[in-house]
Amino acid sequence: MTSSRRPMRKPWWKTALGVGFTAFMLFPVYWMVNVSLTQTSDLRADPPHWFPWNPTFEGYTAVFGDQLPALGTSLLVGLGCVALTIVIAAPAGYALALLNLRGGRTLNFLLLVAQMIPAVVMAMGFYAVYNSLGLLNTVGGLIVADSTVAVPFGVLLYSAFMAGIPRELLQAARVDGAGAWRTFRSIVLPVSRNSTLTVALFAFLWAWSDFIFASTLNRNGELIPITLGIYNYIGNNTTQWNAIMATAVVASVPAAILLVVAQRYVAAGVTAGAVKD
Amino acid sequence: MITTEATAGAPPGVGPGAGRLPAAPRRRRGPAASQWAAAGFAAPLLVYLILFYAYPLWRNIDLSVHDYTIRAFVQGNAEFVGFEKYAEVFTSAAFPAALWNTAVFTVVSIVFQYAIGLALAVFFRSGFRLSGALRAMFLVPWLLPLIVSASTWAWMLNSDNGIVNSVLGAFGVEQINWLTSPDTALLSVTIANIWLGIPFNLVILYSGLQNIPGEVYEAASLDGAGAWRQFWSITFPLLRPVSAITLLLGLIYTLKVVDVIWIMTTGGPGNASTTLAIWSYREAFGTGQPDFSPAAAVGNVLIVIALVFGFLHLQLQRRQEES
Repeated sequence: MTSSRRPMRKPWWKTALGVGFTAFMLFPVYWMVNVSLTQTSDLRADPPHWFPWNPTFEGYTAVFGDQLPALGTSLLVGLGCVALTIVIAAPAGYALALLNLRGGRTLNFLLLVAQMIPAVVMAMGFYAVYNSLGLLNTVGGLIVADSTVAVPFGVLLYSAFMAGIPRELLQAARVDGAGAWRTFRSIVLPVSRNSTLTVALFAFLWAWSDFIFASTLNRNGELIPITLGIYNYIGNNTTQWNAIMATAVVASVPAAILLVVAQRYVAAGVTAGAVKD
Repeated sequence: MITTEATAGAPPGVGPGAGRLPAAPRRRRGPAASQWAAAGFAAPLLVYLILFYAYPLWRNIDLSVHDYTIRAFVQGNAEFVGFEKYAEVFTSAAFPAALWNTAVFTVVSIVFQYAIGLALAVFFRSGFRLSGALRAMFLVPWLLPLIVSASTWAWMLNSDNGIVNSVLGAFGVEQINWLTSPDTALLSVTIANIWLGIPFNLVILYSGLQNIPGEVYEAASLDGAGAWRQFWSITFPLLRPVSAITLLLGLIYTLKVVDVIWIMTTGGPGNASTTLAIWSYREAFGTGQPDFSPAAAVGNVLIVIALVFGFLHLQLQRRQEES
């Protein structure tokens, strides 16, 4: 009887309530888009305009005029961070999960501790190091600093997944005479494709969103990322909030794309760090 | 002959007792050779951790025990002062205020993030039309760059032109100077931070709920337990391990927050919304005259606090894995 009642028990009022909650939660996002399209003269209207009836694209013209290099820099930093993270994390995950690395438990522990260190402290340490090495205000330096957020996460995610690869698969490769490197390249890596996607997604998103490292290690750089572009915008011109919000909308595009394309991996990544099945 | 071959090829521990003896010499050679391979695959990570974790952290400690003025920073001849900078930090009037703000910001943030996240997780678990799509939309705040959310909140909370004051004004509330009054600055950044943390809590708690078998609820509902009773006598107790980890992770993340507060209030007015992380950031990078030594000292105090809770988290996780 319960099973026959099941499909009926999906009341519309819950959907309505859910839509209401979501709308309330996403109101700031709506407001950002709304303000980005508002005429400069209407920005200080009282009451504020709830809908951009008379939209302007001034803000967006300003973004593509001023911020295009910053968007390019962010893209470069994000992709660099993805590459660096995967090159380091994937083999390390393999060593931890499948090669019985001696001291593996200690290394695992160190990675967990590494994730707890505040970014502001890392930023200061990097500032001191980069200052003596002449790496301040370089894109390469920023990529390395940004990757410190993603590498421990990546190693832990890879090793958690790789530990579940059936041993028979690896055994078969060994019987065929494949060494550790060939097993890694032709079996472990292809099988771990989803982990690679999750790690890449987060490494990119974190690097793209980073403000702390950019504002400390790269603030006088010729190539600044978009987050710093927005920050400087706010500092220089507090009246043009439509332009600031337009930049913010453009800076949110990768997040929006990833949410649509790779939502599965997002949820996987969030839970990976916290809950172990 | 055939049987020994078969057992030697079996994974260790699988073969019968008699088969273990001939397998032993092979296994001894295997690990020794594969240890080199393991070390080789882990080597990039080890080098990385030493260069980009250990070394910067060491430099940070070095900063905190010397007197690094900006000139000494360039010339590299800072005077060694031992724990003097730490003493200065602890006796400074800003320290108790920053500690208090950190505690309020962190505790209020995670309590509300958790409560709202859990309520939403329970709501979404009941599975209605569009619930999957709506739940995905809830991830948006978490995916946006922090500078985007923080500057949007700053404009929404603007005293004269913000939408929040405009709505409150319609209900007859006087203008509130959210970000510029010392009474509300910390509250404002906390509200924004709660908003940011809800998706994380929702996702984790939702996946925790997923692991509670549906039969438990069906049995309870046959016994006549209503939704409220079911929540308090099934959901909440069974979710306790996941809850503990969510709260501790939230705590560790929130302790480190810089972006949101810095972009919305820069820790002001005065020190009204200055947390330890903001204090450290401001001393080092926020003013025209960087003062790295006290900044590093505050940062190291923050590390110690984060690690205390971090170890608590690891302890908790280990105990759960054992049970």
